[in-house]
Amino acid sequence: MTTTPVQQANWLAQSIEVIREAHATGQSLRFEGFGSKSFYGQPLNSASRLLSTRPYSGIVDYDPTELVVVVKSGTSIVELESVLSQSGQMLAFEPPRFGGLGSAGGMIATGLSGPRRLSAGAAKDFILGITMIDTQCVPLRFGGTVMKNVAGYDLSRLNTGAMGTLGLLVDLSLKVLPKPPAEETIEFEVSAKESIDWVNAWGGKPYPISATCWISGRLFVRLSGAFAAVRAAKEKLGGHLLSDSKANAFWAGIRDHSDNFFSLNSEDPETALWRISVPTASAHLSDFMDAQCIEWGGGLRWIKTKTSAQQIRETARSLGGHATLFRTVHPEMRGRVGAFSEISPAIMKIHQRLKQELDPNSIFNPGRLVAGL
Amino acid sequence: MNAPRELHLGELRFSDYTQPMDSEKREALIQALSAIVPSASLLSTPEALRPYDCDGLAGYRQLPAVVVLPTEESQVVEILKVAHRMDVPVVARGAGTGLSGGAMPHRGGIVLSLARFKSILSIDPLSRTARVQPGVRNAAISEAASPFGLYYAPDPSSQIACSIGGNIAENSGGVHCLKYGLTVHNVLRVRAITIDGEVVELGSEALDSPGLDCLSAMIGSEGMLAVATEVTVRLIPKPQLARVIMASFDDVEKSGAAVANLIAAGIIPAGLEMMDQKTTAAVEEFVQAGYDLNAQAILLCESDGTPEEVEEEIGRMQKVLAESGATVMRVSESEDERLRFWSGRKNAFPAAGRVAADYYCMDGTIPRRRLGEMLKCISEMEKKYNLGCMNVFHAGDGNLHPLILFDASNPGEFHRAELFGAEILELCVEFGGTVTGEHGVGIEKINSMCVQFSPEERISFFSVKRAFDPVGLLNPGKAIPTLSRCAEYGRMHVHQGALKFKELPRF
Repeated sequence: MTTTPVQQANWLAQSIEVIREAHATGQSLRFEGFGSKSFYGQPLNSASRLLSTRPYSGIVDYDPTELVVVVKSGTSIVELESVLSQSGQMLAFEPPRFGGLGSAGGMIATGLSGPRRLSAGAAKDFILGITMIDTQCVPLRFGGTVMKNVAGYDLSRLNTGAMGTLGLLVDLSLKVLPKPPAEETIEFEVSAKESIDWVNAWGGKPYPISATCWISGRLFVRLSGAFAAVRAAKEKLGGHLLSDSKANAFWAGIRDHSDNFFSLNSEDPETALWRISVPTASAHLSDFMDAQCIEWGGGLRWIKTKTSAQQIRETARSLGGHATLFRTVHPEMRGRVGAFSEISPAIMKIHQRLKQELDPNSIFNPGRLVAGL
Repeated sequence: MNAPRELHLGELRFSDYTQPMDSEKREALIQALSAIVPSASLLSTPEALRPYDCDGLAGYRQLPAVVVLPTEESQVVEILKVAHRMDVPVVARGAGTGLSGGAMPHRGGIVLSLARFKSILSIDPLSRTARVQPGVRNAAISEAASPFGLYYAPDPSSQIACSIGGNIAENSGGVHCLKYGLTVHNVLRVRAITIDGEVVELGSEALDSPGLDCLSAMIGSEGMLAVATEVTVRLIPKPQLARVIMASFDDVEKSGAAVANLIAAGIIPAGLEMMDQKTTAAVEEFVQAGYDLNAQAILLCESDGTPEEVEEEIGRMQKVLAESGATVMRVSESEDERLRFWSGRKNAFPAAGRVAADYYCMDGTIPRRRLGEMLKCISEMEKKYNLGCMNVFHAGDGNLHPLILFDASNPGEFHRAELFGAEILELCVEFGGTVTGEHGVGIEKINSMCVQFSPEERISFFSVKRAFDPVGLLNPGKAIPTLSRCAEYGRMHVHQGALKFKELPRF
């Protein structure tokens, strides 16, 4: 990274000044790293001033024997992962790097997780602590750099996935894990419906399954762990073994949405990419004739469809889940039907009060998570 | 623009729980609650209230105005509405085994016991989830899931008695949490009632939910945000086999380095525990586990999984431990032997109770790399305060349980023990750790919170509290200290015989 420590120190002081001004004038702020996830979530509901985290980049502290890394919010995910990789470690929740980009701050603000989510946990399971700036305009530290910490409410997790609506993320303390000694991917030809039964049944057995993905009539299963465990599971499960290079390319394509499945055709503006999150054992969504991609042992269903938002959300709701309008050709659709499923009135009341308490003048990314907040 | 939030600090009501309830109000409260629950579910005589006057932190006691034991969610809703209407503080209570006074009643308050919510509502082996009521015991979930080859992973030492509702309040850990996570990693959904009497669903049985992560705010909130009435937990496959290595070291710093070396080698042990020589000597007499009494420190390092996996991992662990200077290593050859190796560690607290009249248990967490340094500092503090200290650690995650030994009948010893403990906790914060790893703040560590958090950080905590509980009636005065509270002082003091649930393992 090219920024010098002096500029970075300035960044923090300048950011506090910007927040102070916003607080005084009421003009809202928009936080951004690389902007690789700006398509995701609700559109901002007012004109805003950009506050970029890009100048604030680098590793604050990393000791592989602690399984903890502290990183500045503007650091690129790719850079962070390459540092971890040198010590044989990784971000186990496999955050997406759309277009090969993304910052640590955006990774936590969106809370998005990749293929390993079902077995390893989500972004929120790996955040150990944060330093942030809220309307009090002083750095606040919650959580820390240790695995076990029950002092105070968990504001680190509350800010994970909050889309920057509660304040500016400055430093992030993350739990990291060693890369598994062995990793293999096997492939099966199977229907979507049957694949959901298979992966759920396997989930109850001690197989070292780290990721599953059904796409285009084939189920891909990644096994990760001790050599003996991967070998034994491979023998038990059968299937066709992928070469390492093919397997790595496949999982990167699913994780970063570089696989063709996730791209939209600009000449077909009615079709949108939906992210449907349901209990893992939910039946196959066979009402949708469109292409699907099923991850997380059945818990995540990606669908490219023209079906109405209302119908998709009703289907997700009836299964105990929710549906996110993930990618659209025309961004205004997000404002029209909302990016996220509605939250219940009782939970909405808590959201309104949290926003009122933590950002009373509504200056932090207003509307990005919930319209009007 | 809104008024600065500083003005709100300390505004949460604290007067209510220090004042007795006037008899007229108490009569009216009893009458209102009688309309909700049958008389057998409402306790109000001093004899009936007595068992509820404290939790596992028996040094702090307070009789509540009433104890109410509902059986239905609709009753919980009505009870909270009454509390709200009549302006009465409420503390929700599970099994009452907590160690930090989180469930200690408020003077003039209601104890809302969820002990009768003890049904396991459903177990779904295909999706590997269990839906349970909050009063269900932690171990009962694993017992019920066992026929399907599944279990609930978090295993606090009190798991045979503690309830899942209490685990949620405290975000309980356990010996295996380095590999399998804490309560927060294993709970998918909590259905809860707010102080307004509204039902809220936090999280869901899907892997994520829209909006802010209110579920994570709820877990570990010590009953201050809402009252849980139903919980969905994640179940995982039971490992086929577990084996433990018992490794001796002739130097405590070497054992600390061994812990770091294991992690650096890419190994995440299922359990990784350390005991110093004072501890092994005290427990060996108690349980005859066969510990190496010449060792300055002993590490217990467990591997679990399929037999092939365990064999491979045990081999890797032995190699690292040998390279780190282990003088003796024994690997458990049977389940009996594994449990025997663990028995000493699991009996460290009662053993402390045998070698000293009193002991004071700390619960700080530090970065693993500071373990050796911390042990050295503690041994210097032993000289400074002229008191002994047994050291047992969840070494894998840096969670320390130093047991400071003293005799309260000797004038000044209790005070010295308190100062000793405070110095350890302050050092934990200084080392980049925390004042409580798993026992919670409750009332015990409320003053140490002042060391760990700035006034502005505590303002944010109060903001979260108000967002869920604007009237400040759910377990007020616990966990987060006000500015004025920070001036006060008070710590856990386990007097021999005074620890409730003596039969429960504590480790």
